[in-house]
Amino acid sequence: MSGLYASGLTCIKRDRVLFDDFSFNLNAGELVYLRGPNGAGKTSLLRILTGLSSPERGDVTFNGVNISSNPSLYYQALIYLGHKSALNGALSAIDNLRFWLAQHGIQNKTLKQISDIDSTIYQVLEHLGLVGLEDVPVRFLSAGQQRRVALSRLWLKTATVWVLDEPFTALDTAGVILLERKMKQHVADGGMIITTSHQALSPEAGTHRCVDLEYRF
Amino acid sequence: MNPLLLGIFKRDMQIAFQQKAELVQPLMFLLMVVTLFPLGVSPSPETLQRIGPGVIWIAAILSSLLGMERLFRDDFIDGSLEQYTLSGMSLPAVATVKVLAHWLVSFVPLLILSPLLAMFLNLSVDMFIALMLTLLIGTPLLSLIGAIAVGLTVGLARGGLLLALLLIPVFIPLLIFATSAVDSAALQLPYHPQLAIIGAMLLLAAAAAPFAIAYSLKVSQN
Repeated sequence: MSGLYASGLTCIKRDRVLFDDFSFNLNAGELVYLRGPNGAGKTSLLRILTGLSSPERGDVTFNGVNISSNPSLYYQALIYLGHKSALNGALSAIDNLRFWLAQHGIQNKTLKQISDIDSTIYQVLEHLGLVGLEDVPVRFLSAGQQRRVALSRLWLKTATVWVLDEPFTALDTAGVILLERKMKQHVADGGMIITTSHQALSPEAGTHRCVDLEYRF
Repeated sequence: MNPLLLGIFKRDMQIAFQQKAELVQPLMFLLMVVTLFPLGVSPSPETLQRIGPGVIWIAAILSSLLGMERLFRDDFIDGSLEQYTLSGMSLPAVATVKVLAHWLVSFVPLLILSPLLAMFLNLSVDMFIALMLTLLIGTPLLSLIGAIAVGLTVGLARGGLLLALLLIPVFIPLLIFATSAVDSAALQLPYHPQLAIIGAMLLLAAAAAPFAIAYSLKVSQN
């Protein structure tokens, strides 16, 4: 029963049925690429899968447990990156990430190899090509750089399930390849990813399964 | 408690002190409104003393409405609120910590400023002590109740005026008891019944508001 299962999901937004009786499963070591035109309900589906919104009907279970019955267990294993970067513009990248890690209860114990959280964050930011920008308030960074800061959470928190809503927006080609490689590695390590994108995934991202959502009237 | 303190309280404090203008503006507004009364109503010491407590309290409520939105607006817009919800921490606890941080940065300066306001309006020492006590117990109530309304309106474009319309009627009982306490003090009468009622309202709000705030934030994100 390991994996993320959704059964019979129905989502209605502003009197329009986005999808109904939609079932879906995401197994360990799988990358699901959710496709569909604008307004088909991709973001709504991802938000339901994270528990941020509740569906009209249907359930989402993770490892056999309904996500609403034991949210904190599910949230430990989840990283959700939405359209919004969840970075406060007045704070620097390092502050934003430091507070995010603290909020998610990631203390030194989960980062055994390097005792200091700050040096881990510096390393990740360096890996993502943000050297020298760690202390600059995030609002002064470009859209692509902000996206890179947001994505660095994937390197910082060890989580099985990644729910990524348009993670490639504003990234340059090098950034796209970096993220696709990370996704491939995560899947190889037995992780699960569901992602949306309007560009096709390149071979760098490894094998993936496509799920299509149709636009309905 | 550690992740809450470290992750949310310190973050909110740091953000607040990086946006000093947003902190100072409501205070300047308060100061200006209070100074308008001697000019507009009457500069005679007796009149000022009579209207003083009400003026300070009304100005405090209005100025608090200006800064109230700051509680959740930025976090909603940049998506931090989604990450709080998904952090596995209990949302009521998160809400409590955020309200506490908000109270510290927006109302404690007001408390510090209040001796100056009391002097402007010719309040006696007894009246000032009573005013200080009502502000001390009453302003956390403003933060707690305000946070529920902010949670409900945060998803709306231009929710600012709606926030005021929702909150002002709710603050009427607080205003009545607070000013009545100061009036009693002016007449050398005991005013602890009024303080006790405000205290009871605060305790009720402290017990129930975190859950209401958490629920309203959930609704706004759905």
